[in-house]
Amino acid sequence: MSSDTVWETVIGLEVHCELATTTKLFCGCRNAFGEEPNTNVCPVCLGLPGSLPVLNAQAVELAMRIGTALHCEIHASSFARKNYFYPDQAKDYQISQYDEPINVGGWLELPGGFRVGVTRAHLEEDTGKLTHVGAGGRINSARHALVDYNRSGVPLVEIVSEPDIRSTAQARAYAAELRGILVATGASDGRLEEGSMRFDANVSVRPGGTDQFGTRCEIKNLNSLRSLGRAIEYEAARQIALIEGGESVTQETRHWDEAAGRTQTMRSKEEANDYRYFPEPDLVPLVPDEEWQRRVRAAMGPMPADRRAILADLVGGSASEAESDQIRAVVDLGLDGLVVDAVLAGAPAQLALARAANELAAEGEPGLALPQSSFVTVLQMEAKGELSATQSKAVLSAAVAAVGSDPRELAREMGFEALGADTLTAAVAEVVAAHPDEWARYVEGDDKLDGFFTGAVMKATSGKANGKEVAAELRRLRG
Amino acid sequence: MGARDVAAAVRTGQRSAREVTEEALAAVAARDGETHAFLEVLADVARSRATAVDAAVAGGRDPGPLAGVPVALKDNLCTRGIPTTCGSRILDGWRPPYDATVVELLHAAGAVALGKTNMDEFAMGSSTENSAFGPTRNPRDREKVPGGSSGGSAAAVAAGFTPLGLGSDTGGSIRQPAALCGVVGMKPTYGRVSRYGLVAFASSLDQIGPFAATVGDAALLYDVLAQHDPCDTTSLRLDSPATLEVVEAGVDGVRVGLCPDLIEGCAPDVAARVYEAAEALAAAGAKVDEIRVPEFRYGLSAYYIIAPAEASSNLARYDGVRYGLRVDAEDAAAMNMATRTAGFGAEVKRRIMLGTYALSAGYYDAYYAQAQRVRTLVMQAFERAYTSVDVLLGATAPTTAFPLGDKVDDPMAMYMNDICTIPSNLAGHPAVSVPFGVGDDGLPVGVQVLAPALAERLLFQVAGAVEAAAPRTEWSA
Repeated sequence: MSSDTVWETVIGLEVHCELATTTKLFCGCRNAFGEEPNTNVCPVCLGLPGSLPVLNAQAVELAMRIGTALHCEIHASSFARKNYFYPDQAKDYQISQYDEPINVGGWLELPGGFRVGVTRAHLEEDTGKLTHVGAGGRINSARHALVDYNRSGVPLVEIVSEPDIRSTAQARAYAAELRGILVATGASDGRLEEGSMRFDANVSVRPGGTDQFGTRCEIKNLNSLRSLGRAIEYEAARQIALIEGGESVTQETRHWDEAAGRTQTMRSKEEANDYRYFPEPDLVPLVPDEEWQRRVRAAMGPMPADRRAILADLVGGSASEAESDQIRAVVDLGLDGLVVDAVLAGAPAQLALARAANELAAEGEPGLALPQSSFVTVLQMEAKGELSATQSKAVLSAAVAAVGSDPRELAREMGFEALGADTLTAAVAEVVAAHPDEWARYVEGDDKLDGFFTGAVMKATSGKANGKEVAAELRRLRG
Repeated sequence: MGARDVAAAVRTGQRSAREVTEEALAAVAARDGETHAFLEVLADVARSRATAVDAAVAGGRDPGPLAGVPVALKDNLCTRGIPTTCGSRILDGWRPPYDATVVELLHAAGAVALGKTNMDEFAMGSSTENSAFGPTRNPRDREKVPGGSSGGSAAAVAAGFTPLGLGSDTGGSIRQPAALCGVVGMKPTYGRVSRYGLVAFASSLDQIGPFAATVGDAALLYDVLAQHDPCDTTSLRLDSPATLEVVEAGVDGVRVGLCPDLIEGCAPDVAARVYEAAEALAAAGAKVDEIRVPEFRYGLSAYYIIAPAEASSNLARYDGVRYGLRVDAEDAAAMNMATRTAGFGAEVKRRIMLGTYALSAGYYDAYYAQAQRVRTLVMQAFERAYTSVDVLLGATAPTTAFPLGDKVDDPMAMYMNDICTIPSNLAGHPAVSVPFGVGDDGLPVGVQVLAPALAERLLFQVAGAVEAAAPRTEWSA
């Protein structure tokens, strides 16, 4: 290969999504994050001798929602055992769907319109969590390990994409869009920092314009969009360097070391486990009937793409790039309902979108909890000119901080009470009368004095006048 | 005294459960030294339960259909706070935090769990010699094995320690020891009795079932056990089958298929008893015809792929991490290996290796998948047979009880013990072994009745008729 070859990166993603069910996949233990270790456990999720799994219907329902949202076909499916020894694995096998997954053959459309194929989205159980103790916490040097089985048996859906992704940006967009869909279906809380979504990336490279796939490596341990992007960048560069250096890529599983910023060999193809899959004899086949599927579909709300389309419609015709960004942010944060309500209540769409995407988003969690009525009130005040843009932002921020307070009251307390029309007219007239020379020049066409008069009125009204209304009054007097 | 007699006496206040329990405990203390049916006798637990039954009777409350009846539990049934060893070193020190569903059902029915019985390690064996805690001897002849793997429960009933026993049957582990010990042993339809709390050997084949001295007592216990259990997904949603009421109904007009494929491999004395049983049924009004089911001969090979394959996965959890034996080593993988090497016996290791191999990449289709096809073939053969007959009749085990040590070094000879019992496990059908006379050595012979899925009432009806026609055999205790 010549060094001026243009390389194409080919990426397929496997995303593990923890389902936001009340209980675990095969027992009645609570599915909760961050609790005292080994408190949400029972004979089933500890894999005690004699215990048996019973499938959680809520998990099946959430899996079907995910499949429906990803345009998959929902199939009659079954469970298998994936056999391998590991201390975090209570039974030393994982119950997973193998050759008969519940969701098959769908797609996910990125915001730009590019479609990524979805091979399958199947149900499986999570493992416990190992903590290596001593010698820096690394697997190889730890003195001993602690196991927390609270996570053992937590339901997962693994979503496997086709190798359709061609860049880091696309991979991140896919992961972000998928996160939005998982949250919108109610399947996931979307909390990446709590491990609710985990990514494995299959990465290979090939010269642009060719259609043969290169040898791929699977990269594990990607727990954020940032590490997903970094790992793919690193891995593609590593593979290109190998090939350009006359070597070849070896098919293997690689581990992403977040701190070192590089991938490392975990196991080669030859060392790969033989999982000895076979049908799980303790569970009967899962055959969701038409009626159940219909009920699941009927209970689903709109997906992020639909919600973005609604906002784009409200903004009118073609959204600008900035507006598209705002729309994406608003939908990702789940603020779109608030925006739509505000617009229906009479607030201008662009204004509602901007305030939600910028001011509310900046407030973090509390911003997302602002009552609809407060948001609508502030926007209406701003739209009517009762508040300036600056004042409106300040009132919004105050309303977020003081839960349950009336924004009008807040505005009054902050001294943002708008001047009555008469007061404003009088204030402008006074300023004009006080500066006859300037006014004469202004009337003759010296537009530079615009700012002078506006500023003077503002000063005279202690900033309470609305800039737009002052300008309008000045224009009226100027004739 | 049979289970029904004991329950009736306790329910009417003629005898106290406590008195029955003390008698049973005394018998075990006096005589189990030479039989070794029990791994652990639950004297305190049994006494307190018996006291509770007596209190119920005194208080006018229904103490249940098994009021005060002592029951022997195979040691692969989980008992809360009580060691459950599966006859293995690897579960050393483990006390389950829960009771198996069948144990709960027994308690609710007023039964008194007397102790945990010996077994081949993880139910793998046909002589109870594969127990890590030494063999059980056959109460009919202490130089002979009791059969297995549920040899301890069979021996406990045969020795008269308890009127009832529970075993598990994966390939014949209830019926074969029942035959060798001269008691009744029954394997229910797969899914009829909850497996929750039964330590798994081969999940798609395992079923818990009753031992008793008589067909009627076995039916009584079966009716208590056959309940739907939401904790076992493979448990069927059916009401209790009420088999006890049909045990004496006779066999007039019942079509019995005498199956040479379940007789031909057996010793002549065993075969002779089966033919006599067939004649007796015909004399009682049954329509007896010979019926060939040649596919049964493939059952054994399929079984010895499927059962070890499932076992290799089911037994993976004994890794020294969470409970039971742990042999420390430099890292987790080495600890797993050291623990399993020390904790498992030779037969268990053999089957884990067989099963692991059968499921391995590149061999799965040739072994596991092929065995599943054979299993389907056996099921279809049963289906065909049951278009012309109502039940099948054959031998339970190829011979009477064999000497201790006779087959321990010859796995294939040991495996052949299951040749007549395995087809019912592969198909998930019910079957029962009923004592019918003795062999040339004077030891018990069992005749096996096989019925279609969920035909337990018919099964017990025919078994009752076999029992009624059987020659009387008196055993000294």
